[in-house]
This record gives sequence, structure tokens and C-alpha cells, in this order.
Amino acid sequence: MTAQLISSITILVVSIFLGIELISRVPTLLHTPLMSGTNAIHGIVLIGGMLILGSADSSLEKTLAFVAVVFGTINIVGGFLVTDRMLDMFKRKKETDAEAPDTADR
Amino acid sequence: MTLALSQNVVNLMYVVASVGLILGIKGLSHPATARRGNFLAAAGMTIAVAFTFASPEIDEYWLIIVGIAIGAVIGAVSARKVKMTAMPQMVALFNGVGGGAAALIAAAEFHRLTPAPDHVAGDTIAAILFSALIGSISFTGSLIAFAKLQDLMTGSPITFPAQQVVNGFVLAAALGCAIAAGATEAGVWMVLLLALSLLFGALLVLPIGGADMPVVISFLNAFTGLAAASSGFVLDNNALIIGGTLVGASGTLLTILMSRAMNRSLANVLFSAFGQTPAGGAAVAAGADGQSVREVSADDLAVMLAYARQVMVVPGYGLAVAQAQHAVRELADLLEGRGVQVKYAIHPVAGRMPGHMNVLLAEADVPYPQLLDMEDANPEFPRTDVALVIGANDVTNPAARTNRDSPLYGMPILDVDRAANVVVLKRSMSPGFAGVDNELYFNPKCAMLFGDAKASLEKLIVAARGL
Repeated sequence: MTAQLISSITILVVSIFLGIELISRVPTLLHTPLMSGTNAIHGIVLIGGMLILGSADSSLEKTLAFVAVVFGTINIVGGFLVTDRMLDMFKRKKETDAEAPDTADR
Repeated sequence: MTLALSQNVVNLMYVVASVGLILGIKGLSHPATARRGNFLAAAGMTIAVAFTFASPEIDEYWLIIVGIAIGAVIGAVSARKVKMTAMPQMVALFNGVGGGAAALIAAAEFHRLTPAPDHVAGDTIAAILFSALIGSISFTGSLIAFAKLQDLMTGSPITFPAQQVVNGFVLAAALGCAIAAGATEAGVWMVLLLALSLLFGALLVLPIGGADMPVVISFLNAFTGLAAASSGFVLDNNALIIGGTLVGASGTLLTILMSRAMNRSLANVLFSAFGQTPAGGAAVAAGADGQSVREVSADDLAVMLAYARQVMVVPGYGLAVAQAQHAVRELADLLEGRGVQVKYAIHPVAGRMPGHMNVLLAEADVPYPQLLDMEDANPEFPRTDVALVIGANDVTNPAARTNRDSPLYGMPILDVDRAANVVVLKRSMSPGFAGVDNELYFNPKCAMLFGDAKASLEKLIVAARGL
């Protein structure tokens, strides 16, 4: 086992607990935006595509990595924008009903 | 030309980016901070991508820029154009391409590293094969989920004999190819692994009914997260490991929370879906009992509503597909003008994703305090004169309370049958996503107004104006 692998495993394990802890109290109301937002976050796979595309020698690798970059970017850009659109609707609601109690936390 | 910074600087910036992603997810789980959370996550992502350009190993920029530009245009246009009702399948599609990207990265890395004079490091090859497997499953699984929700194919479960056996065999064969690919480092095994994983992803989702699709999308979302984390192990990239694992872990928990909202286990959703129950059989039986449904005209219903004290609207996906949320609002305004109390009962899985119905009604500017969740709505039904069920079906089925043999048994439902009158706006007598007949419709208190939800509501609005 290399030192790099051990530090990667450390990060992996800590991130698992962090991911669970972060959303353990999410209200049902936010399930859909949260799913969509985390969906955008795994688009980070884009940077893997970038690293391979930026250093690829063979045309097969270039082609595969190029498609990966396009896919990853769609995932990120589309994911964040669609999440923002969903959340925008809640925000508009709050402004028009400023006196309304915020019941979403229940 | 090179923009290269040292790898240490890039790695430090990945830490900054990860903080953005973590704070982003944290923000997204609270209503007051959700929007800022999404923005923070996007900012973290931008930092990660920008500093990846400065990685020392990158020496070819233009292809990357072109790829990102194409992806950004496709992503932005589809996110802007998609109707809010079609949003669940859009999320599925975005998820699928993410999984596809992970699989492609795995394939490219496999090609670059093999055959190696000495074997490729065991952990690297294992991570490559894992990304290829999981990413491919997520890709085709999400495409099938998209096709089902977009009505490109039937939303009801697709089953064939010995399905579980066939699926198990395909998965075992894929795992066999993965082992062979790791041992021999021959490209042919990698190609076979990809093909079988893609096939398995499709087979996995085909037998799952439309009602369970939100859980499936959430599940595949977690899968893509794991695939991205695995790519991080392939490329020794901490940002990928953190980002991917956060999604994998939180996505798994979210999936479990969603299944729990439907009172089912995840295994039950995935493997013994509603498809196991012969769909339609119950409908025939109920009809044969000599029970009949009562139809009501729009004019009669308008009178009933206008002279009610309290009307409870129960919206379902039928309202969403018909784009009828604005028409509901208009009808509610008319009724309120006549002194009728109008409230909305929102089942946790109304629409096609938890929270989806809240988004749609918010879009139509329905006042927030009128939206009751299930716990608050159920005690109101005995005080309700008319429960107006619009395109909702399974979430109102009393069989979930009473019939132990029903596949819905145990699912928490809205007790619409406790209202004085129930009126169901529905396109036809066809069963809901679960493929189960709804005995509510044969209840003497229940009347049906058949037709597209929006068209029916518009008729009601005209009739109510004329009163």
C-alpha cells in the first residue's frame, strides 16, 4: 500500500460520514432540490476527464476523454441551473408571503 | 503554452473547492439557506475546474475548452427550457451523463495504462474497473428512467420470466469480465465489461414502475457519486474522491429516506417492485363485483364546491402533466371569493419526486400556509366537505390501510375517504403507477369527473363563474 492510497482511503472514510451527517435532518420539502444539487456535484468527474484529455496521446483516449468532458460539463451546468430554478420558486413565494410562518422545518 | 502551477497549489485549491461543496450540501438541506447552498457548491465546482486547468500534467487546452463549451451550452439550454413537470427526468438525464463520464474516464485510463510491462498497481486497476461497472450501470439505468418518465416507453414495470435470474447472470458475467480484465489487462475484457454493465443498468430499471422512479433516480445518483469517487482513486485526485463520496453517502441516505416516506425498504423498491403483482387483475375483479363508479358533471361539481365550507385539494402527478397548477389556483381564488376555505393536502411523494408538488404549486403562487403535509391534512378530512382529488391515485387508495394483500399495504395515505364527499378528476379508470386498482372510486361518497385535469378545471372555473 502506498502512502497516497492510505491518505485517499482516509479521505474516503471521512467523506462518507460527512455526507451522511450533512443531510441527516433534511425536510421532505427539500428532497428534490437536494437530490438535484448533489447530482450536479458528482459532475466533478469533469476534472477527471480534463486531466486525461489534457495529457492523452492516442486518439482513442482523446475521443473518450472529450466525450467525458462534454458529459461532465452537462452534468454540472445543467444540474446547478435546474436546482436554482427549483429553489427560485420557493424564494419568490417567501417574498410575497413575508408574514407567512416558515413551516418547512417541521 | 502552459498555465501550470505546482501540483501542491492545485491540491490546496481543491481543498478550498471541497469546502465550497461541503457548505453547499449543508446549505441545501435547510430551506432558508438552500439557494445559497446551491450557489456555494457551484462556486466550489468552478474553483475545482479552473485550477484543474493549471495542473502540471495538462498540456493541451483547446480540446478541453471546446468540450466544456459544448457541454455548458447543452446543459444550460436544457436546464432553462425544461418544464418544471419534466424536471425529474431531466435530473435523471444529468445523472446519467455523469455516470457515463466516469465510465469513459475508466475506459481511457485502462487504454492508457495497459498493457503494462509490470502489472498496473492493483488498487488503480480495481478502481478503474469499479468506475467502469458503476458508471455504466448509472448511465443506462438513468436513460431508462428518463425514457419511462418522458413516456418514451411504458411507465409500468416490464417483466419477463426468470428476470431476476437473467439479471443476476448478466451481473455475474460483468464481474467475471472485470476480473479477467484485471488479470489479463486485455482490452477485449474491458469492452465486454462495459457492454455487460450497460446492459445490466437497463435490466435493473426496466422492471421498476414509474411510481418508484424517484427512489431509483436517487439511488443511481448515489451510484454516480461512487463512480466519481472511484475515478478519484484512479487519478489520485482528492477533489474527485471528496466530491464523489459526499454524493455517494448523502445520496444513499436520501434514497433510504425516500423509500421510508413510501414505507418500503430500498431492496423492496429495487427487487420486488410492484411488478410482482399482476397489474389489472384487481381492476377486473372489482368490476365483476358489480360495483360501479358514479360520474359527476362539471356544473354539478361547481355547485358542490361553491357551497362547501372547506375544500381540500389533493394534487397528484396528473395535475402536473396537465400543467394544471395555475388552473387550480384560479379555481381556488374563485372559491375563496365565495368564502370557501381552500387547502391543499400534499402527500410526501405527490408528483414524481418528494417535494415536487410543492415546487409546482409554488410556481403557481399558491399561498404557502395553505399547503398541508400529510400529518396536518389527515385530521382535516373529517371537517372537509369536498376532497378534490386531481390526478392523484395511489396516495389516496384506502387499500393501503385495510387490504393486507395490496402491494400498497402499509404506505401512509391521505384519508380522503373521511371527507363528506370525494370527487376525483382523472383521465380514465386506468390504475396508477403502482398498477393497482383504487377501491376509493367504488365508494358511494366518491364521484368521478373524467378528462384531462386542466380541461376539467377550466370547465369548473367557467361553471363557478356563472354561479
